[in-house]
Amino acid sequence: MNRLILNKIILALSTLSAVIGIGFLFWILATLSYKGITSIHWSTFTNDLVAGGIRNLLVGQFTMALMASAVAVPLGMMAGIYLREYGHGSKLASVIRNLSDVMMSAPSIVIGVFVFALFVDPFGGYNGWAGIVALAIMMIPIIISTTDNMLSLVPTELREAGMALGGSKHKIIMQIVVKAAKVGITTGVLLSFARIIGETAPLLFTSANNQFFTMDLTEQFPSLTVSIYNLATYPDLESRELAWAASFILTVIVLCINLIGRYAIRNKK
Amino acid sequence: MGKNNLVMDIKDFSFTYSGAEEPSLKKINLPVLENKITAMIGPSGCGKSTLLRAMNRIHDLYSGNKYEGLINLYKADGSKENILDLKKENDFIKLRQQVGMIFQKPTPFPMSIFDNVAYGLKLSGIKNRSELEGRVEKALQGAAIWKETKDRLKESALGLSGGQQQRLCIARAVALKPRVLLFDEPTSALDPISTGAIEELITELKEELSVVIVTHNMQQASRLSDYTAFMYLGDLAEYDKTDKIFLNPSKKLTEDYITGRFG
Ligand SMILES: Nc1ncnc2c1ncn2[C@@H]1O[C@H](COP(=O)(O)OP(=O)(O)OP(=O)(O)O)[C@@H](O)[C@H]1O
Ligand SMILES: [Mg+2]
Repeated sequence: MNRLILNKIILALSTLSAVIGIGFLFWILATLSYKGITSIHWSTFTNDLVAGGIRNLLVGQFTMALMASAVAVPLGMMAGIYLREYGHGSKLASVIRNLSDVMMSAPSIVIGVFVFALFVDPFGGYNGWAGIVALAIMMIPIIISTTDNMLSLVPTELREAGMALGGSKHKIIMQIVVKAAKVGITTGVLLSFARIIGETAPLLFTSANNQFFTMDLTEQFPSLTVSIYNLATYPDLESRELAWAASFILTVIVLCINLIGRYAIRNKK
Repeated sequence: MGKNNLVMDIKDFSFTYSGAEEPSLKKINLPVLENKITAMIGPSGCGKSTLLRAMNRIHDLYSGNKYEGLINLYKADGSKENILDLKKENDFIKLRQQVGMIFQKPTPFPMSIFDNVAYGLKLSGIKNRSELEGRVEKALQGAAIWKETKDRLKESALGLSGGQQQRLCIARAVALKPRVLLFDEPTSALDPISTGAIEELITELKEELSVVIVTHNMQQASRLSDYTAFMYLGDLAEYDKTDKIFLNPSKKLTEDYITGRFG
């Protein structure tokens, strides 16, 4: 009898907590959508920041995130493959795995400071390359850990079957094992991209921001997230409206990438 | 073919897993005859898989294992080589092309049915498209799965049923024209009908190659095999013609096991 009552109380409490949590989430999303959509105009997409739009910011943000991915994805995947397939049980591998896990939980502002000391200060100022490095540093441990985890799900028998057919280790890994883990790894890459595209702290004092359109990575580089941070603190209404619009657009972008990632899993399983 | 030619010969073979204190196999002596089916039976943990996996050196995916004794592989021209002497990856590859292996769970690769069978052939250096197509078709026919797959060769192998996947894996191994095929409980994950199909297939295969099969199913061993090895706690307890083992074993231990008194 008592157990049944306790069961009901716990069920009620956990339902309540879930409702509260989801309630806040919807509140945020609803406010964001309302303020965001009412602040978006056609010019938001066609103008650069100087003229009250976010064109250069979108391009800048994506440029840095994509270039960071171009470095982090191959590097992280190779490291993940090393950890799971070659370093099995070795000291070096477990050291790298632990370091990578620590890096993954390192506060992003700390990564920003680190890159500032290495790539901003010595080069005489904020620049796009520094932003890319900071984002890549954030991304690499995530990719390492997804690759490692996804490869661990591939049954040992598949590797053995490949070797039993006369394959060399590296061929079996590259042509069969990685292929078997492809969906999981792709999803991980998408999710980590969604993660870094919305980051502010690593960019704040690496690439900083630029009001104008530029593709020159040695200059300060336009960033959507840093702009939101700046615009939100300005007193004028126009700036704050633009901040809402930019936030809404960023949220939609991140949401879409997440959904694509999740859809990819469901489609395959 | 009436002659009892050796294709493999295991002599005083002991095997110790990396980090283990005791050897898992102790001084095994076992002949493998050409164009015959040799069954390995015995209670769980007695070392059947360990022995089988030594015969194509698949153990060597993991380092630190210790081999003693010798395992000779006889070539078609009558020459022999001790496969325990092999050291280089290239030699392992050549060995595994001659001694294939089928696992308990079907292991289709995440690619099309055609590519699954063509994969081993490509690894062995065959690039010519029409030769590949011919060998793939022949292998699928040889594994009695051609009829079911000929219209869907481009589809993923993961869409096949468990029994079909297992026959595909056999086709994949047969395509390389190995001298020996090793089966480790190939039907224990399958339903009775698929099991029947695989057993029939294995019987047909012995026309072209030699088979060693590990099984927990006494009926399967007596139905299929010509010779039976009964293993117990890392020893080869008894080896003889299958009829002899099942009708009139010379050891009490063997009799107790096959009549189900333990194991
Ligand atoms: N990777 C390993 N490392 C250390 N010991 C192992 C390893 N694999 C198996 N063994 C041990 O070797 C012995 C033989 O195992 P093996 O898998 O060959 O038995 P088996 O006869 O195939 O059993 P089953 O019928 O359950 O498949 C067992 O005592 C087992 O614990
Ligand atoms: Mg076994």
